[in-house]
Amino acid sequence: MDNQTVLVQIQAAFPATITEIDERHGDLKLRISRESLLAVMQWLRDHAELQYTFLESVTGVDYLGRDPRFEVVYHLFSFRHFHRLCLKVGAPEADPVVPSLTGLFPTANWQEREAYDLLGIEFSDHPALQRILMPDDWIGHPLRKDVPLGYEEVAFTFNQDRIYAHKPFAKE
Amino acid sequence: MSTLTIPSPQDLVAPAQRGERESMVLNMGPHHPSTHGVLRLVVDLDGETVVDVAPDVGFLHTGIEKTMESKTYQKAVVLTDRMDYLAPLSNNLSYVLAVEKLLECEIPERAQTARVLLTELTRIGSHLVWLGTHALDLAAMSVFLYAFREREQILDIFELVSGARMMTSYFRVGGLAYDLPADFSPTVQLFLDGFGRNIDEYEDLLTNNPLWLERTVGVGAITADNAIALGLTGANMRAAGVSYDMRKMVPYIGYETYDFEVPVGKNGDIYDRYLVRIAEMRQSRKIAYQALERLQHMPSGDYVTHDRKIAPPPKHEITHSMESLIHHFKLWTEGFKPPIGDAYSAIESPRGIHGTYIVSDGSPKPYRVHFRAPSFINLQALPHMARGRYLADLVALIASMDPVLGEVDR
Repeated sequence: MDNQTVLVQIQAAFPATITEIDERHGDLKLRISRESLLAVMQWLRDHAELQYTFLESVTGVDYLGRDPRFEVVYHLFSFRHFHRLCLKVGAPEADPVVPSLTGLFPTANWQEREAYDLLGIEFSDHPALQRILMPDDWIGHPLRKDVPLGYEEVAFTFNQDRIYAHKPFAKE
Repeated sequence: MSTLTIPSPQDLVAPAQRGERESMVLNMGPHHPSTHGVLRLVVDLDGETVVDVAPDVGFLHTGIEKTMESKTYQKAVVLTDRMDYLAPLSNNLSYVLAVEKLLECEIPERAQTARVLLTELTRIGSHLVWLGTHALDLAAMSVFLYAFREREQILDIFELVSGARMMTSYFRVGGLAYDLPADFSPTVQLFLDGFGRNIDEYEDLLTNNPLWLERTVGVGAITADNAIALGLTGANMRAAGVSYDMRKMVPYIGYETYDFEVPVGKNGDIYDRYLVRIAEMRQSRKIAYQALERLQHMPSGDYVTHDRKIAPPPKHEITHSMESLIHHFKLWTEGFKPPIGDAYSAIESPRGIHGTYIVSDGSPKPYRVHFRAPSFINLQALPHMARGRYLADLVALIASMDPVLGEVDR
């Protein structure tokens, strides 16, 4: 199955949703609107011919200074045609919310939690949108571009009072 | 679909603290000998039966993706070793292929063949650690000693080619870090010749061992549909009967030209995973022989791309050519600049589909790197497989899924 066949079928079913088509490096990458994400995903998963049953990867990118600022990138894989499809959805800074795919693909659960934890992109209707890699009391989302690389001073007995005084959790 | 839910630790701890449940909530890890790293499990127990289990990860998070954004593309290779520390060369390959996709550069045949050979050796080495620790968890001590004996030979080969036993960083963007040494072929030949007999030894110890069968057959079975839904990949998925392998489906570095089979299981239980991985080691040996045969007919020295914008020129050129000197200077002070865009590449690592998503903004440093870490996503299937089993089976299940916590947390 080649990119064109897939593209033609998606365009026929969803004429108005695809806003950008990118076929560089031989991969098919489509940008779709946030509102249509769930419908497109369900259609791709349940389609008798295409069968994109495997959600390979979910991740986010922070394009600081661009609108929409955030982009969620999905990679779907079809075990029937051995074809990979990339879908991208934008989310503005003021409202960084994207519908969760956990209802369609249970594997999205932790991957969405990771994107939430590290980038602050929220996934509506996610069963437990909590931090997964960073500590629960962490403030901020480290993979955002406005978070500096930064260094943490290591706390020992002799300097922990001074270090902890700057930590938000010490003030509680 | 409800059996595929993945509870978070608080889901189990909070009701227990309020005294709403009769069952016992037990904390297992983060420091526990059979969690294979810093993995914490909150286990809801009814007697000895697991009612539910919530994996808690992140204790080993080192911000590799964030750190990479401040390294040049070539320097970031070093960080990939640190994720899956049992298969560093597979990580190198996944990352390097994504960057090469962005750059669209040609890689010499010799480099590609060496990559095939070394990643297959990595697969064998990684499976040996899995086999040894898995058997050790189920109280078969001797297998561990045998498996590590052979793994030592593989690490010696890595040391021979790269100078490092584990953190190899041997695959670079454009090819290899240096050419293969002269005594590479006989060393690998010696290992591969003896290894066939070694696999038979492991099988003699385990395959028909009643104690092993008792602990593994029918335990933690998962269906093919559930495996796909939960994103389980690698030998875990093949054991469930899904005949998939990135090396066959979306071939990379010339895997389509090698003759090998994809072993597939039937029941998706621990025993099938064991059989699949043992068979994979035999297939890897077969591929390694083919790659070794090809390498012997290829001229040495052709180990990195000839594109001077990506790989530095050889030393002798620098002393004669001004242009080479400039290329060398630019590469080591600034690095190369891939065109603006993004690329995703996935390989079949010993643990499953290892994917790298990379975004370039045209600067010498990656704008964003994301790894689809197979261990991280495989671990989501643990609650589904463990519910209703004994606590002792949970230990066997973790070992059979073969997670590497360095890769889970990144």
